[in-house]
Amino acid sequence: MLLIRCPYCEEERPELEFRNAGEAHIARSANISGESDDDFEKFFFIRSNPKGIIYERWRHMHGCARFFNAVRDTVTDKFVMTYKAGEPKPSKLPGVAK
Amino acid sequence: MKKYSVFAIAREAMRGHKGWEEQWSSPEPKKEYDVIIVGAGGHGLATAYYLATVHGITNVAVLEKGWLGGGNTGRNTTIIRSNYLYDESAGIYDHALKLWDGLSQELNYNVMYSARGVMMLAHNVHDIQVLKRHVHANRLNGIDNEWLTPEQAKEFCPPLNTSKDARYPVVGAALQRRGGTARHDAVAWGYARGASARGVHIIQNCEVTGVKRAANGAVMGVDTTRGFIGAKKVGVVAAGHSSVIMNMAGVRMPLESYPLQALVSEPIKPVVPCVVMSNTVHAYISQSDKGELVIGAGTDQYVSYSQTGGLHILQHTLDAICEMFPIFTRMKMLRSWGGIVDVTPDRSPILAKTPVPGLYVNCGWGTGGFKATPGSGHVFAHTIAKDDPHPINAPFTIERFRTGRLIDEAAAAAVAH
Repeated sequence: MLLIRCPYCEEERPELEFRNAGEAHIARSANISGESDDDFEKFFFIRSNPKGIIYERWRHMHGCARFFNAVRDTVTDKFVMTYKAGEPKPSKLPGVAK
Repeated sequence: MKKYSVFAIAREAMRGHKGWEEQWSSPEPKKEYDVIIVGAGGHGLATAYYLATVHGITNVAVLEKGWLGGGNTGRNTTIIRSNYLYDESAGIYDHALKLWDGLSQELNYNVMYSARGVMMLAHNVHDIQVLKRHVHANRLNGIDNEWLTPEQAKEFCPPLNTSKDARYPVVGAALQRRGGTARHDAVAWGYARGASARGVHIIQNCEVTGVKRAANGAVMGVDTTRGFIGAKKVGVVAAGHSSVIMNMAGVRMPLESYPLQALVSEPIKPVVPCVVMSNTVHAYISQSDKGELVIGAGTDQYVSYSQTGGLHILQHTLDAICEMFPIFTRMKMLRSWGGIVDVTPDRSPILAKTPVPGLYVNCGWGTGGFKATPGSGHVFAHTIAKDDPHPINAPFTIERFRTGRLIDEAAAAAVAH
């Protein structure tokens, strides 16, 4: 089971308190009905599914119930960091090369 | 290839078993092939086998980064069924089921396909409605599926707890009698032996690190840990790693990879005569011919390539198993493991041409690809050989996520996701 640090509660809590909410930083168009089929497919269905560093959303379902973002390595399942929703995608990751 | 038979066993018994030959050869990779298949699991090897037997294309290499059948082929719970809801799914899964019947004879290899019946339990009114809908839809498609009362379910599977005060009461069940299990390793080995005998090169410990494309965009071959290997046609059958390989060719996929776990118990005498699935509490169980209970759990909730999963997932499944089969509460579990499954948004596979000329993909089987192995290989070989899909896999395109013509088994595949 993963230990996840909620950036709002500022505590590491067991995974059972959380729900994964998929890839992060996928912006929903302000004019969704005006999207082309290609753009809608990219937004709705296509995922980066990386082997390595992933940016993903979590929700502290059985805690503060708030959404936040996390950076995790999908090979080791180790979290690099978590940060609050709305904060920019971190460009530098602590302890990660490149 | 020497034929396996009772006479071969007798002959070898007489001379100290010195005459058995290797089941497949391990040649050095050539510089160029007509077709390269990425991934030597069941689906990839079946594709190579049918390319050779049905389409006469034998200048084929199957590249495998690890060992043959060491991915999800060796990690699944070997359940075979075709009771899917939609016509497209019924078409492809029942195509596979028909090939399972007779596969041992075709391959001259005992894949131990056992049509012992797959029974899906209903625990509440909603389950009854869903499963009865499946029964009717399946029968309209000519696929056997029948409704059982709790008493009939108990008769079909005696260790099942059907008492009224059970934590998960059994209020009915859907039974596909042609469903069952097969020996997963033997499926990979049998296809490998058949393909190798016809000239297909199976190259293990050879990881694909890049996909080379010509100036016009068409595929030229693949970079591997054993150098560049050329081919005008490349079929990607890499399960959980399909999107990784497709990214090398510049194609982004509607896939996410999750860990899926299974476990086996200590071996005991025959007690579970069929496959029992419960989608509502998410547990399924069968008994291998060795006597181990083979138990499948659910996926973890996050993308991962770790081939391991959370212990709480297994615990949840075992909780359910022990409620449904109180007889097993004191059994010891021997091993658990995880495999990485590639899941599409509509939970149906993708077997199709891609936007890249000469690149084909067979992926997205998610949590239930083993059952489709023969059918998947058969129609994918057709797709590669003819550069055009077989009518059975024609609906399983990548483009369906743009056009919206989904095959939405997500809620219909009769398993919880």
